Amino acid sequence: MRMLEIKNLHVKVENNEILHGVNLKVNAGEVHAIMGPNGSGKSTLAKVLAGRDGYVVTEGEILYEGKNLLPMLPEDRAREGIFLGFQYPVEIPGVSNMYFLKTALNSIRTYRGLDELDAMDFLAYIKEKMKIVDMDDGLINRAVNEGFSGGEKKRNEIFQMAVLEPKLAILDETDSGLDIDALRIVAQGINALRSEDRATVLVTHYQRLLNYIVPDTVHVLLDGRIVKSGSKEMALELEDKGYGWLEEETLVRPEANS
Amino acid sequence: MNAANSSIRELANKEYKYGFVTEIETDTIPRGLNEDIIRLISEKKHEPEFMLQWRLKAFRHWLTLEGEPTWANVHYPPIDYQALYYYSAPKLKNKPKSLDEVDPQLLETYEKLGIPLRERELLAGVAVDAVFDSISVATTFKDKLAELGIIFCSFSDAVQNHPDLVKKYLGSVVPHTDNFFAALNSAVFSDGSFCYIPKGVRCPMELSTYFRINAASTGQFERTLIVAEEGSQVSYLEGCTAPMRDENQLHAAVVELIAMDNAKIKYSTVQNWYPGDKNGKGGIYNFVTKRGLCKGVNSKISWTQVETGSAITWKYPGCILQGDNSIGEFYSVALTNNYQQADTGTKMIHIGKNTRSTIVSKGISAGRGQNTYRGMVKIMKRADNARNYSRCDSLLLGDKCSAHTFPYIEVKNPTAQMEHEASTSKIGEDQIFYCQQRGISSEAAVSMIVNGFCKEVFRELPMEFAVEAQKLLGVSLEGSVG
Repeated sequence: MRMLEIKNLHVKVENNEILHGVNLKVNAGEVHAIMGPNGSGKSTLAKVLAGRDGYVVTEGEILYEGKNLLPMLPEDRAREGIFLGFQYPVEIPGVSNMYFLKTALNSIRTYRGLDELDAMDFLAYIKEKMKIVDMDDGLINRAVNEGFSGGEKKRNEIFQMAVLEPKLAILDETDSGLDIDALRIVAQGINALRSEDRATVLVTHYQRLLNYIVPDTVHVLLDGRIVKSGSKEMALELEDKGYGWLEEETLVRPEANS
Repeated sequence: MNAANSSIRELANKEYKYGFVTEIETDTIPRGLNEDIIRLISEKKHEPEFMLQWRLKAFRHWLTLEGEPTWANVHYPPIDYQALYYYSAPKLKNKPKSLDEVDPQLLETYEKLGIPLRERELLAGVAVDAVFDSISVATTFKDKLAELGIIFCSFSDAVQNHPDLVKKYLGSVVPHTDNFFAALNSAVFSDGSFCYIPKGVRCPMELSTYFRINAASTGQFERTLIVAEEGSQVSYLEGCTAPMRDENQLHAAVVELIAMDNAKIKYSTVQNWYPGDKNGKGGIYNFVTKRGLCKGVNSKISWTQVETGSAITWKYPGCILQGDNSIGEFYSVALTNNYQQADTGTKMIHIGKNTRSTIVSKGISAGRGQNTYRGMVKIMKRADNARNYSRCDSLLLGDKCSAHTFPYIEVKNPTAQMEHEASTSKIGEDQIFYCQQRGISSEAAVSMIVNGFCKEVFRELPMEFAVEAQKLLGVSLEGSVG
């Protein structure tokens, strides 16, 4: 089943065009990695999918489960099953992680016509999910991301993903700032959530995450366009040779150099 | 903040829920203020001579004052004190002996306000004294409390039935010379609540007063006096609402608390006077003097306030820590939206040894709201080992509002320990987007973030008030960004 289809997507941020016609197809059950150097537009792509303000689509379209995604509010996208794992998860002082997640889950459930979970049911439900990323009780009861280490924040993102059970997970630089142990835990969590009816888009700068999570397809985003797609071997090649050879290989658009 | 903006704007169209007017026949005296008016008020209330003399003394002092204090960071056109009514009361044919005799329209009003006046609300465990414009309408649970020796009644009743206590304590914490509004209140106050907890008694229920301003162009001047004798404890709640009116209405109250040895008083306020409309028209001027005296050793007075209403709030509930080891606390949430102005904070005066005070102030400014924290901590010469902890946080929503902090600290004893923390933050687009991305609407996100910000204060409130306060913040944030 086609989960996501991006056609000729052009996106402007503060009047600068960042994406110059991105095309991408992701099917349920697949894991796609989007790689590219800094400033190539990876995070922009992730944010546009989630519906962040200030990212203006000037051309092209995005279909999610066959529906036009662009007019949807960010919260409705989330309720329809899109999850964005943030590169920099924000802190919300005074709001416990538990309360935050319960509110989120129940908003999603209400949208889908399901009953809200009460406190007891919710607790039972997350107990299972906590195991997936080795989440301890302490982190659950603390304010959302407040005072969390970099690793704890990323782990919390994956934990939230496990709780909210999205259909399409977009993970923006989930590996950045993680030591090797944390990386392993996070990757384990992501792998545990792989399934036939779920698709994952990993946005990453480095190849090392892909040692733990094997993607079906790797795409290279350069100067706002996907210039090459291939198998996981390509990621290794990229690590070896950098992105330079692709830049030369590709016809570089003039505005990309400015 | 476009997405957040639009949903907050939707919320903006919510009306002030308590803005209705009760059509009720009132007994109102002529406008204006002079000695005759004061005599008339005193006469209407059948007061003993000492009360009249006390009022007149306060009035004569008030006349010598130059005018309202000007140091506060609030701005408003001059108030014409001669244009106000100083007494307005629902016409009661006879003084009601029980709730059944109270005008059904009045009861309906309180019903609309959600006040548990009827005894069937026993489960709520709240004894209520309800003040409508100038007079106290009904006090519930009076008899039950009386069995324990607790006196909880309207101020007028206290003047009639417990004149000695009134004489002894009235003005003993906030003298009529304290400030302009305290002097005015002392001269014209028409009712309020009185509460006396005898030695060793722990009041078994929350005591509560609801204040309601109904009549137009009416000033409300009530006084609350709470005396907690040795070893006693009481928790007291105060709630306020007013109809929506285009003109500004004046509210100048005085609250005095006295805690003897080992006594504890907890005083919580949810102030939801009408804040004016979104263009700043109308609303209550809330000029209030609240002070507690920790007279005895080991006594404790704790103020918790949630200030969401009023066009202008001018209020500094404080504690005089006279008894050794006494404790003063002040927990405050003040929210200003649209054109509201708040200048609020506390005064902690450490006189006794080993006295401690805690100040936690959370200011939220939205719209064109202006929020000022003003606090004074004074450590006197004799106050060895005094400690103060102050924390003032400001949260800004949007870019047209402002937050100000004026902490004054005066230390005359070298053993004092003072801590002061302050922060200013802005609700971030990032925070709202993060919540939205998890399926939470931007409106719910703002409310969640603000409530998180206020958590330290809300947890000091009695349970049912905490819930009410959270809801209130949601409604008060209407139109808050943009």
